[in-house]
Amino acid sequence: MKKMINNSVLAGLAPSTKNLLQTVSGLVAVYIIITIISATGGLSYSMSNLLAGLCIYSIVAVGLNLCVGFLGELSLGHAGFMSVGAFVSASITHALSASISSDGLRFLLALIVGTLAAALAGFLIGIPVLRLNGDYLAIVTLAFGEIIKGLLNVFYLGKDDAGLHFSFVTENASTLGDGGKMIINGAKGIMGTPHVTTFTIGMALLLICLVVVTFLVNSRTGRAIQAIRDNRIAAESVGINITHFKMVGFVISAGIAGVAGVLYAHYLSTITASKFDFNMSILILVFVVLGGLGNFRGSIVAAVVLTLLPEMLRGLSNYRMLIYSILLIVLMLFNWAPAVLEWRARIMPKLSVFGSRKKKEDA
Amino acid sequence: MSMLQVNDLSIRFGGLRAVDGLSMTIEKGELYGLIGPNGAGKTTVFNLLTGVYAPTEGSIYLDGEDITGKNTVDINRAGIARTFQNIRLFGELSVLDNVKVGLHNAYPYSTLEGILRLPKYHRTEREMNERARKLLDVFGLLEFESLYAANLPYGAQRKLEIARAMATEPKLLLLDEPAAGMNPNETGELMDTIHFIRSEFDITILLIEHDMKLVSGICEKLTVLNFGQELASGATSDVLSNPEVIKAYLGE
Repeated sequence: MKKMINNSVLAGLAPSTKNLLQTVSGLVAVYIIITIISATGGLSYSMSNLLAGLCIYSIVAVGLNLCVGFLGELSLGHAGFMSVGAFVSASITHALSASISSDGLRFLLALIVGTLAAALAGFLIGIPVLRLNGDYLAIVTLAFGEIIKGLLNVFYLGKDDAGLHFSFVTENASTLGDGGKMIINGAKGIMGTPHVTTFTIGMALLLICLVVVTFLVNSRTGRAIQAIRDNRIAAESVGINITHFKMVGFVISAGIAGVAGVLYAHYLSTITASKFDFNMSILILVFVVLGGLGNFRGSIVAAVVLTLLPEMLRGLSNYRMLIYSILLIVLMLFNWAPAVLEWRARIMPKLSVFGSRKKKEDA
Repeated sequence: MSMLQVNDLSIRFGGLRAVDGLSMTIEKGELYGLIGPNGAGKTTVFNLLTGVYAPTEGSIYLDGEDITGKNTVDINRAGIARTFQNIRLFGELSVLDNVKVGLHNAYPYSTLEGILRLPKYHRTEREMNERARKLLDVFGLLEFESLYAANLPYGAQRKLEIARAMATEPKLLLLDEPAAGMNPNETGELMDTIHFIRSEFDITILLIEHDMKLVSGICEKLTVLNFGQELASGATSDVLSNPEVIKAYLGE
């Protein structure tokens, strides 16, 4: 039972730092290998296209893990925060297409504003909800995701020489003046966003997000967040402002989902609001739960495996979803069943890439 | 000036007067006991003192400062820390981190400084670790510092709760049944610890306890609570020989 947290071989380094170093160097190694393979033409077009997508899902999974694993609050609307980031950033890219010629600079600006917009959405939701105890956040974020989707489906944004125009009425879409161009076209979404998100940018932002959340959870703020998760009343009794720190954690988590959304909008040339639906939120949650609550590395592995699986099973046509679900169950057992965990602890301690702090009682 | 001054404190839950007109004065440096039968309202008094509940009537002064109706966080900052009857540790944080959570307000740096690992982060964390280890050492918990708090033996969990409360540098420490579930050896050890922290940290202690050996062994003054009302109070030996107290609580 008495499992030491600190069994570090690299003495002097905090276990969390060591863990982060391993994950980062692993990701960098993967990046180098894949870049070499792709440079020598060893990667199919569809596969190399998928790489940036893997980074995007990994980023949002890491962000949600901060919320679910460390803050202990269930969010069922992270796709909603992604869509805020995606639509705001793509709108900026389109609106500034004439004034800023550099793709890179425009993307950077879109990235910053998109992230802040998603964080702001998180803040606004958090104001009423994070004051309450219990599973209210799950319900409200679920509603938020659906409301954002519904609003964006009837939202029209256009640009002409006079400036920006928006409307929730379809007919107004055709009343743009000289030089008019639609940016957000209701249910058809945003079309023709330049494809800026590459594997390199995706990986760079994944690494940044990973370092940010790891440093966060191992700081004073992170301890406060985890203390609230473990025992709210005790945290309050030692002078921790519950609402404040819940808010900090939730806003950062939403902001990271916004980063993923920005990348997503510049990854697919067309985005529609209906892509960011409840299924996507649940999929992200599955990454987090399967990868292990409080385990960022596990979130990344789960996001990659579960995004690649359906692609790899494409050849099986009709049996694809059947096999996918069976594999999902197997993975779940692999990660949570006590007997399997014992076996894993015995047979292959080096391979425990998955794993969770939650299961320490079984280990 | 007395450390804690409670005047005519009452709280009603619907028709129930859980605490009814309690007055109590604790001088600086005293070891004060609050005893009484189960359901007498002892823990409710703690919850009133720490701002978990706001009193229906009455006032509370800590070291001359009116803290009536303040929230838990502000009251902790004003100088009251507590432990809980049913242990409330941060189970999935290490023992060291549990104490560091207690040091949260004494060693501040911003979230951004933490994420960017600016020099202030490194400096403050180093000071925090030093202070936290010193506290763990006082309570004999230093060897467990990297264990998850949930994996500590029971007695050590009780001590860690006290260490975490002490980390907030309180003027007044509230201990809610610190000896609950302990065997006589552990209780003896606990009494030594309580004596030790009072002299080491120059602190006032108010404790709830059912273990009469502990109460008569370390408390200088007592208040006996029965059905939310004060039954008796005064020097320990006087109170424990009071016929009414014997009848209501101790048994004849």
